[in-house]
Amino acid sequence: MSDKVNIAIDVRDAVKRYGDFTALKKISLSIMDNEFFTLLGPSGCGKTTLLRMIAGFEAVTEGAIYLYGDEIENLPPNKRPVNTVFQNYALFPHMTILDNVAFGLEMRGKSKSEARTKAGEMLELVQLSQFSARKPSQLSGGQQQRVALARALAPQPKVLLLDEPLSALDLKLRKAMQLELKHLQRETGITFIFVTHDQEEALTMSDRIAVMSAGELQQLGAPTDIYERPHNMFVADFIGETNLLEVSVDGIENGRATCHLGGGHELTCNAVEGVGIGSTVHMSIRPERLYMSETPVETEGLHGRIKENIFVGTDITTIVQLDEGPDFVVRTSNSDRGNKRIFEPGVEMFVNMELGAARLLVD
Amino acid sequence: MAAGAASGGSATTDTYKEARTWLLLPAWVTLTILALAPVFMMLIYSFLTKEFRGGVIWEFSLSAYDQFFFDRGLFGDEAPKIEWTYVTIFWRSIWQAGAATLLSLVIGFPTAYFIATRSESMRPVWVFLITIPYWVNLLIRTVSMKFLLRDQGPLNDFLINIGLIDSPLHIVNTNFAVQLGLFYSYLPFMVLPIYAAVERYNFALSEAAADLYASKWTTLRRVLLPAVKPGVFAGCILVFVPSMGSFLAPDLLGGAKNFMIGSLIEEQFKGNAGNWPFGAAASMILLTMVLIILMFSARQQAKADKAGG
Repeated sequence: MSDKVNIAIDVRDAVKRYGDFTALKKISLSIMDNEFFTLLGPSGCGKTTLLRMIAGFEAVTEGAIYLYGDEIENLPPNKRPVNTVFQNYALFPHMTILDNVAFGLEMRGKSKSEARTKAGEMLELVQLSQFSARKPSQLSGGQQQRVALARALAPQPKVLLLDEPLSALDLKLRKAMQLELKHLQRETGITFIFVTHDQEEALTMSDRIAVMSAGELQQLGAPTDIYERPHNMFVADFIGETNLLEVSVDGIENGRATCHLGGGHELTCNAVEGVGIGSTVHMSIRPERLYMSETPVETEGLHGRIKENIFVGTDITTIVQLDEGPDFVVRTSNSDRGNKRIFEPGVEMFVNMELGAARLLVD
Repeated sequence: MAAGAASGGSATTDTYKEARTWLLLPAWVTLTILALAPVFMMLIYSFLTKEFRGGVIWEFSLSAYDQFFFDRGLFGDEAPKIEWTYVTIFWRSIWQAGAATLLSLVIGFPTAYFIATRSESMRPVWVFLITIPYWVNLLIRTVSMKFLLRDQGPLNDFLINIGLIDSPLHIVNTNFAVQLGLFYSYLPFMVLPIYAAVERYNFALSEAAADLYASKWTTLRRVLLPAVKPGVFAGCILVFVPSMGSFLAPDLLGGAKNFMIGSLIEEQFKGNAGNWPFGAAASMILLTMVLIILMFSARQQAKADKAGG
């Protein structure tokens, strides 16, 4: 029972169909109390549909949703103690900022004066007190965003749902809001479910991430899990930048897999459940886990020639052509220039990595 | 970019202004010929002396207005008393038009909402269906309505047949019949502007309200209605104004007891019995009343907007 209480939202075998089209294919996941949980995926992956099902805007075709142990999938949205921050804020244009924030409190039976007092406190929390008498159209996008947040938090929901709330903001403001949101979540202790298609945003803010694609859950885990140990091709490709190589697994011994990647190049990496000897699968190697040297550092240094160096501010991206093999992208941080070498285009060298940098993927 | 626009500003603004003046000329000519000139003519006629077989004598007179407001006896030689006849007709017109507007709103709003919430491809079809009855001449539609509603008509037959009533309802020649007639005449003018407003409405606002624990009714009252208010306001004006001056529905469905201002004006210009200056004066009074009502409601609307709903 205590286990149940720690689960804020429990989605069990949820299916959503629109006519012949299946938007969600039997999704099950548990979102913990006090968690900053992110649904991440490209547009059309079903993440917003799932969020709207939790909010009550979309009916569940099959399956069940529990909120702290109570089954809620048949309740209308106004009977669910969850609040939403909408993508385009959906602030009531004819009401003042203060009345917008007070609306939910009033609907929950607070008197007008009580609701306004509480709304004033919420506006203070998001540092917008001086705008309380204005209309939404008189505020900037970032300010409207914070009003939407205050409005959704004011009735003290058990779970806060955020539907791509930062997508309309410019980069700098978005970065600032990411931190602000994270802090707000810690301060209020409310469970946040955040929907985004921006993997960087997801990695920055989340306690756990559910990566979705084509209506299915691809991987669920902490940001480091998802980034460093992607489960399949989709996750490896969608999260961050990576070298995706086709390899054949020649042998597995003591939890180590020996793989061939064409052109006579050989690599050793950790074996993965579901990938056996003789199978041809993909391998993911993050560019920042690679480094270059004149002589092979470990036995399996891959010999190749520098094609191009690209300066990208904090890093230098190097494109390497392996002998009779695929192209590799190597990224060297500018702060690492003391330890790691950069070669001129055309120079021959070796590409090296530690064990564990390469990850076999279940396709 | 801003600097560039500012430096080259004055010359382009002048050419633009000149072009605008010329381009607007057709609109001004049309408005003058079709709207201002007739009203001005009516104003002049209302201050002229009546000719007995219709028409006017070009001689200044206030008698048309005097006749509207004061009773000076049969031969015009008694002390003036207030004339209630026409004021009563006026009041009835306002009341009937108001009732018809309310009826149109109650039926028209859900209709407009229904249409605006259909799929994008179905919306024009529904709008088209709404307008089909209006291809038929208004006179024919109003006469047909009289046949439908009369004591031996299909409506009463039906109600008696299903056993809801024992003897026919007397609908024709009542105030209600006139309201029904006006309602039916002008319903699309209510539906279309509200439809346009609801179609532009951001339905995420309704979701936000529901998300913040508002019931459907509260969402309608506190979020949807304030957002589409301009459309509702336009619809009410478009039904109320022509209803005020309408004479077909009151004539055909209301009978002699339910005379409205439109019929009064119509009679003054019909055949030899008319009184053109009096008809013109009644028209000017109608115009003034409608303007006052419009200005009053516009001010109320502005006030409500300022107060922030």
